Amino acid sequence: MKRYIDVIMAGFGGQGVLLIGNLLAYAGMREKLNVTFIPVYGVEMRGGTANCTVVLSEDEIGSPIINKPKSLIVMNRPSLDKFQPKLADGGLQIVNSSLVDPVLVEQGGRIRTVLVPANELAEKVGNARAVNTIMLGAYVAATGMVKLSTVEDCLSAVMPPKIVPVNIAALRAGAAYALEQLKGQTPAKVSAKKAAAKPVAKKKPAAKKTAAKK
Amino acid sequence: MTKAQQAAPVAGEELVFSRPASMVDRATHYCPGCHHGIAHRMVAELIDELGLKERTIAVSSIGCSVFLYNYIDVDAVEAPHGRAPAVATGVKRARPDKFVFTYQGDGDLASIGMAEIMHAANRGERMSVIFVNNTVYGMTGGQMAPTTLIGQKTTTCPGGRCKDTEGSPIRMSEIIAQLGGVAFCARGSLDSVKNIRQAKKYMRQAFEVQTKGQGFGFVELLAGCPTNWRVSAIAANKRITDEMIPYFPLGVYKDIEADGTCGSLIQGGE
Amino acid sequence: MAGKKERLFVKGNEAIAMGALAAGCKCFFGYPITPQNDIPEFMSKAMVDAGGEFVQAESEVAAANMLLGAGACGIRAMTSSSSPGMSLKQEAISYMAGSEIPAVIVNMNRGGPGLGDIGPSQGDYFQSTRGGGHGDYRLLVLAPSSAQEAYDMTYDAFDLAFASRNPVLILGDAIIGQMKEPITPREPKQVDPEEGADWRLIGAPNSREHRIIKSLFLMDGELAGQNRKLQAKYDAWKKMVDFETFEVKDAELVVVAYGSIGRIAKNAVRALRAKGKKVGLFRPKTLYPFPEKALEKLAKEGKRFLTIEHNLGQMVEDVRLSVRKYGDSDLFCVYPGNMPSPDDFEAPILRALGRK
Repeated sequence: MKRYIDVIMAGFGGQGVLLIGNLLAYAGMREKLNVTFIPVYGVEMRGGTANCTVVLSEDEIGSPIINKPKSLIVMNRPSLDKFQPKLADGGLQIVNSSLVDPVLVEQGGRIRTVLVPANELAEKVGNARAVNTIMLGAYVAATGMVKLSTVEDCLSAVMPPKIVPVNIAALRAGAAYALEQLKGQTPAKVSAKKAAAKPVAKKKPAAKKTAAKK
Repeated sequence: MTKAQQAAPVAGEELVFSRPASMVDRATHYCPGCHHGIAHRMVAELIDELGLKERTIAVSSIGCSVFLYNYIDVDAVEAPHGRAPAVATGVKRARPDKFVFTYQGDGDLASIGMAEIMHAANRGERMSVIFVNNTVYGMTGGQMAPTTLIGQKTTTCPGGRCKDTEGSPIRMSEIIAQLGGVAFCARGSLDSVKNIRQAKKYMRQAFEVQTKGQGFGFVELLAGCPTNWRVSAIAANKRITDEMIPYFPLGVYKDIEADGTCGSLIQGGE
Repeated sequence: MAGKKERLFVKGNEAIAMGALAAGCKCFFGYPITPQNDIPEFMSKAMVDAGGEFVQAESEVAAANMLLGAGACGIRAMTSSSSPGMSLKQEAISYMAGSEIPAVIVNMNRGGPGLGDIGPSQGDYFQSTRGGGHGDYRLLVLAPSSAQEAYDMTYDAFDLAFASRNPVLILGDAIIGQMKEPITPREPKQVDPEEGADWRLIGAPNSREHRIIKSLFLMDGELAGQNRKLQAKYDAWKKMVDFETFEVKDAELVVVAYGSIGRIAKNAVRALRAKGKKVGLFRPKTLYPFPEKALEKLAKEGKRFLTIEHNLGQMVEDVRLSVRKYGDSDLFCVYPGNMPSPDDFEAPILRALGRK
């Protein structure tokens, strides 16, 4: 099976969900993967929530819209309510525990969860708005679908240069936090193997190394 | 279609009247007493007088006057019913250096094409519109038009137009004059020589605001339709004088040159 | 495929606008409707920057008629819309076809009938391929299934429109329009300033007869002559058919699908091939002309067909007509309002494959 992953990223409008969606897609392009990105549009914009779907694949991509995603980035409570039930068995979700009460989050069992206190971590790196890149850093580390360094290289494609450094710090802080948490999680690899996306598990050590180097 | 060929003056005689160069030598299809012929001729005269022939693109509309392009010797495109101002917008935007005019009847302009005329005027498209108002749908056989007068009988209001059920006749010049992009707007009439001469002056102004790049030019011409009014040509002229002009007052409704300001001088009134 | 050139990551809608810009489009007439708004938004700036014209029209009706006017002048012009707006444009499209005015029109098909929804649908297949308005006429209909194809097809559409003096329709849907994908742009075209010189309106110099672009033909035999001429033109298009095939060679069952459904079906076919199932994909890229000969050939070889569409079954009629001498086509229709994924197609494909 060739490398493949899809992800729905969801949060409040203004949390920068579309930005990290684009960022991940650019990183995928840079790593010679096929990529698609599709935002919600039209009437759904009015609810104050934003979400987008990104697919990264070695093969040609069929649908850019995914009904049962293999992974999630959940930035707030409404997004958890909407998408957690749709997450495929064996899937992975990165949840912003600063805004989502962990008792509501499915953990273990059919899916794998990484809780990231993204708002607090963003404050720590010196920019409260970097919540989105904290979350993406955690996601990239947990999936290993692309290298963190590739994502860092692509930052300038989606944001002005002066905020790139703080977002590099945010990506790394998110990645480090996720890796720390995953270490404690028992059979993370086993559950990942159950998922259709086996390469995720295979790739993980590489990602760990990358993240560790920084 | 043959080009207009001017008759050579015979020795000792002075040629005082001829067909305008921009008019095609062709027998008219219009009914006896119809005023389209006069309006067409005035358009052709002005194209000649202003030297516009080689850079004019005409937009014809739907109704009796769809055949405008058979009479005026300029490039022309045919628009769907009511859409001439939109088509003319496309023409003018595509070829801003050309002189573009539409020629529309009352059903075309004031009913099915109301949105297109309002918005082209409001955008101030650099085009000129000749609006021939004869209070009736001519080509389709004399049905009620948006400008049909109260009490006027047509094939679709055989008892006479009733204000309560069909509404009042729409006064287009008054409406168009209110729109921001309009540089010149006037209503003339074709019922008498005096009024025809005045109407041509209005048409000239409506053409010139375009050539000067000032904005949208609009002239309404009150015209007769003896066939569908079921009256003689003479009686049709009299009806314009006695019934139409009192409801559709003649005069200039907007002239940015005369005003010299962003405001507008509104003449006429009931 | 990625070339040496820098790839851009853009929405299908933006790819279409960029393709038009590179093709020398100089006038854009639009009206807001989801899910195609990125096109007029892009063009509102791009046209001005390119020294062209952008008009947000008062209606879809007016936008299409502005297109008619600009096209009659021989200028590369375009409008875009989505299904309800396309219904309104049909009047002018019929006139353009009747008066042989070149134009490029984009429909980002959304769910219907009526107001429907703003999600993807292929419910406008009939409208697109049968003309759409009154009278007998056809449009060249191109159906992209990726952002790159959306770019390329629009880039080529203007040449096709002018070569055939006919409106060309790009038929996408909400997926194609809203999805971002990498595209490789092409060299901007140098449009021949004499394009259309033998028919366009530019004002009649005294040296030539005045031109009349019209669709009204009242003289004896005139309209019949015009219709005969149009039919000959449409017949000549048949050599322009374009399609993609995937794994059809030894396939017992060929899935026929276009646009976004074509790419989703391709994934299902790939997945089934991995399981050893003899299935293939046939994806028409031109919906009119329809690749009937190519399908007939496959039918003659004994293959069976399953048409998958995001509507209640429209293209299936063309597939059935194409293969009628040798067989038939099954149909799997995804109801507009539902969003299909490749998994959803595997079961119906297997059912059709097993149905001897």
